[in-house]
Amino acid sequence: MPVYLDHAATSPIRASVLELYISTLSEIGNPASVHSFGQHSRQILEQAREEIAKAINCDRNEVIFTSGGTESDNLAIKGIYWDVNSKDPSKNVIISAAAEHHAVLDAINWLVDSQNAELYLIPSDDQGVLDIAALERYLEQNASRVALISVMWANNEIGVIHPISEITKIAKVYSIPVHSDAIAALGHIPVDFAESGLAAMTITGHKLGGPVGSGALILRRDQKLTPVNHGGGQERNLRSGTPDASSAAALALTITEAVSEQEDLAQKHQIMTQRLIAGVKQIASDVIVSAENAQRLPNNVHFRFPGCLGDSLLFLLDSDGVSISTGSACTAGVSGPSHVVLSLGASNDEAMGTLRITLGHSTKDQDIDAFLEAFPKAHQGAKKAGLTRR
Amino acid sequence: MKVLAAMSGGVDSAVAAARAVEAGHEVVGVHLALSRMPGTLRTGSRGCCTVEDSMDAQRAANKIGIPFYVWDFSERFKQEVVDDFISEYQAGRTPNPCMRCNERIKFAALLEKALALGFDALCTGHYASIETDSKGNLELHRSLAMAKDQSYVLGVLNKQQLQHSLFPLGKAANKEDIRAEAKARELSVAQKPDSYDICFIPEGDTRDWLSDKIERTEGAIVDLEGNHLATHDGAIGFTVGQRKGLNIGKPSADGKPRYVLSIRPKDNVVVVGPDEALLISELSGSKYSWCGEAPSNTTDWFDAEVQVRAHGLSHPCRVKVAENQMVIALSEPIRGVSPGQTAVVYLGSRVLGQATIDKTVSAVMEQV
Repeated sequence: MPVYLDHAATSPIRASVLELYISTLSEIGNPASVHSFGQHSRQILEQAREEIAKAINCDRNEVIFTSGGTESDNLAIKGIYWDVNSKDPSKNVIISAAAEHHAVLDAINWLVDSQNAELYLIPSDDQGVLDIAALERYLEQNASRVALISVMWANNEIGVIHPISEITKIAKVYSIPVHSDAIAALGHIPVDFAESGLAAMTITGHKLGGPVGSGALILRRDQKLTPVNHGGGQERNLRSGTPDASSAAALALTITEAVSEQEDLAQKHQIMTQRLIAGVKQIASDVIVSAENAQRLPNNVHFRFPGCLGDSLLFLLDSDGVSISTGSACTAGVSGPSHVVLSLGASNDEAMGTLRITLGHSTKDQDIDAFLEAFPKAHQGAKKAGLTRR
Repeated sequence: MKVLAAMSGGVDSAVAAARAVEAGHEVVGVHLALSRMPGTLRTGSRGCCTVEDSMDAQRAANKIGIPFYVWDFSERFKQEVVDDFISEYQAGRTPNPCMRCNERIKFAALLEKALALGFDALCTGHYASIETDSKGNLELHRSLAMAKDQSYVLGVLNKQQLQHSLFPLGKAANKEDIRAEAKARELSVAQKPDSYDICFIPEGDTRDWLSDKIERTEGAIVDLEGNHLATHDGAIGFTVGQRKGLNIGKPSADGKPRYVLSIRPKDNVVVVGPDEALLISELSGSKYSWCGEAPSNTTDWFDAEVQVRAHGLSHPCRVKVAENQMVIALSEPIRGVSPGQTAVVYLGSRVLGQATIDKTVSAVMEQV
């Protein structure tokens, strides 16, 4: 039986979610229609909104359904930037960090390239921990020019958890809105929107056992945003397009289940990742566990193997029926050096020898056993194949 | 055998992989990423460098039913092929990057990696065939499909590399058969155009591509006597035998067209002269290798044939090794050969070996 240890890429759909998803797909009706079919569909949609609001502690009106993480990140970053900058053109700085997801970094860089925005990256250390004091110093000098801050709740590749409440507290002094991509964090550590002080938060379903294409942007009631999509005015006029009631229902059930199991799962995952780290260290004494000393997600472990290429490890493990990742999945399957690993100060070679294991709702002890059984041979083979240069 | 099939995204490598599966091998497909910043879609006749090509390769692997991976060789490709290409031009030579890629990437870096990862052989879609002689030695031969024969670019393979190579298209009679087979196998690449040009030069214009990599300074175009004829805007990128684009205002004394005879990067001079001055009677090179078993006696002249470009003709010659050089004496002079090109030596259809040409001897005058 093949073993799947790449839940941060996408997680197997939950049986309960699949059942609900399929049954709602056969319902008729556009939630915007006035007739009874439409009203029925609207009811599914609004029920889902309420359930999500309850699971992550926000107001039901703060849930804006989207197609997923990338769309939510784009909507938050471009939308808030456009709104702030149009009212005060001197506010053109976006604060973020080097290890953010491409959906955040590339959206910001597009604003930099085409809309006169400026980017300030909060420095981080070799453990991926952000230098909050540097952020404070930057804001003391430049706060009046800052349009927004976007910092992920936890890193999808190396698992570092960022101090979101600390950041929002500092930003509040200057009334700067803060967005956070919480995709990697949700379901693995407590995520409470109201408590967090965030203006906007990105979530998605498919990393937790929901269908791909189901996501949301949680946007604080008082946070203004210029929409990216224009059209029928759905979702508070912030995300036009016929709302997908089935996706919304599936997302709601996914998040509700994930949040209710979170504490138990975290404990279970913690033990599993400790086993993985200990087992790998026994075989590869020179392994570097990324961000080992930082506050980390319980379901993520990220290794760097000097002298090995991640794609060799991936190939050998995959041949043995164990699916892991070298980092985050990207275009055409090319595993170039990860910008996240490079942000830790790792060399290009080091950044090529990475392996990421992420656990999820369906991970069993036997999966960890299978990995640890397959690993020694894979490591030996990858070491033999070495790096691509002479 | 455990076979790694290199899949460029083209029709040949896809059919080769499918044939390897049918021959009973355990096959895994791999696409080499040769650029970190690949284009999205293929343009014109350049293949194997875009995301589209990678996706085509993956689609073919899926259809054939084999696992598929993309391996990043971009850094090594840059160092070994692209940088070499630039420095060869810088030295006034005419490199063959496909040859270098076979020599240093496909049948070196990739093959080494494949063997380390537990594979027995590397399979490619090259049109060439591996035969066994009476003593059991492996020999590389021309493809039956002479129009597509690619034995020339495989001339750099040594004995060990031949042992671990698989060319399932070697017995193909022609390209149309391969396309028909791809169609029958429902491979979406069946009608994909062939790639001809250098894969890393997106617009196909070598001189233009080189222009921002090698500094161009004006220099003299001179005749064989050293008379100044015109000014060029940089010697780099001219090719021996080139006639067009010289922009020499006045005609030659005898009214005959003039051709580039040599490029001298040291003093930035391009030497031109009449057609007959391009005729070469002898070639030699210190970087040579034998493809498979070396001939028993190489110190005495032996009869062979030589080919100096990928789709060129072969010419009768005599070959020997003297002072660590492979020396090739042509029976009839041949036209327009430049240092940097590869001379591949054949015995009948068999590839015997190759040398990168360092020196050419003119048939009609002192060496130019």
